[in-house]
Amino acid sequence: MNVRVYVTPKKGILDPQGAAVERSLPNLGFSGVSGVQIGKIIDLTITADDLTAEAAHAQVDEMCRRLLANPIIEDYTFTISEG
Amino acid sequence: MGHAPVRFGVVVFPGSNCDADAYHAVSTFPGAGAQYLWHKDTDLKDVQAVILPGGFSYGDYLRCGAIARFSPIMQSVIDFAHEGGLVMGICNGFQTLVEAGLLPGALIRNTGLKFVCRYVNLRVETTRTPFTSACETGEVLRIVVKHNEGNYTVDPETLARLQAADQIVLRYVDAAGERAEGANPNGALDDVAGVCNETRNVFGMMPHPENSVEAGLAGGADGRPLFQSIIDTVLRTAEVTS
Repeated sequence: MNVRVYVTPKKGILDPQGAAVERSLPNLGFSGVSGVQIGKIIDLTITADDLTAEAAHAQVDEMCRRLLANPIIEDYTFTISEG
Repeated sequence: MGHAPVRFGVVVFPGSNCDADAYHAVSTFPGAGAQYLWHKDTDLKDVQAVILPGGFSYGDYLRCGAIARFSPIMQSVIDFAHEGGLVMGICNGFQTLVEAGLLPGALIRNTGLKFVCRYVNLRVETTRTPFTSACETGEVLRIVVKHNEGNYTVDPETLARLQAADQIVLRYVDAAGERAEGANPNGALDDVAGVCNETRNVFGMMPHPENSVEAGLAGGADGRPLFQSIIDTVLRTAEVTS
C-alpha cells in the first residue's frame, strides 16, 4: 500500500516560513494572497499481505500521532492507495 | 568537600555537539562530576541529574528532537523524570523534552528564519525550581543562544496555566532586565526562554549556560548559578533522605 501523509502547521500557530513567502508574493505582483502555509509530504509504502484497509488506516494514524506530526503545532491528513 | 560529588549524566545522541561542553561545565564544579550516557543504552548509571545537551540529534530530521525522543536512553530518562529525577534540556535538549511531552509547548522556526548566534539577556523569573534556586528573582544572566528553532509556542490556555503556576523560568530581556523590542532573538511567545514542568523537576532552556561557566573567558560565568542550583538541590535532597 502506498501512503502519502500531509503535515501542515496547525491553524493559529504562527508559520514563519509561510509568513515570509506571503510577504514576498506581492513583490512579484501577486496581490490578494493570504493564508500561505508551508508543510511537508511524507510518502511511504507498507508491505503486508493480510493488512486490511481499516488496520492500515489505524497504523498510519498512529504513526502520524506519535512521530510523523507533532499534534501541538501540526495537523495531518493522509491517503492510502493500493499499489 | 564534605560530600561525595553530585553525579550528572550527559546524554550523547548522534549529532549532539554540546555534550562535551556540558560535561566540562559540570567538571568545573568541585562538588560535581559528569559521565556520558550513550543514546543506545538504557542504564542511567545511578546519576542524580540528567542533562540533554545541545546539538542536532539525528540531523534534526523530521522535527528537532523528534527522533531522539524515541531513543532507548530517553525511555529511561522519561521514567527518571516521572519518578522526580532532575532533568535539564539545553537547546536541542529542550526541543527533545517538548517532543517527549515532558515539557509543554513546542519550539518552531525562528521568526527571522535565520540561525541566531548571539548573546542574550535572561531574567530569572522564579527561583522556585531546582535549576534556579541559587539565583535571585529578577537577576539577569548574559549567555549565548545558537539555534534555528527556538521560537517557543504553546496554546493560550496552556500559556495562562504556565504563567499562573510560575512555570516560566527564564525570559528574554534587555541588559537592564526589561522586556523590550529586539531582546527576544527568535519570536518566542511571551519572551519565554526557559520553562519547567508542573512538578518542577524537568526544565528546558534554549540558551547555553554550559558555555558560560568560567569568569575571565569570553562566555563569562553567568551560567554557573543554574548548575549550582542543581548541585545544591541534590545535596539538600540527600540530607533529607539520609
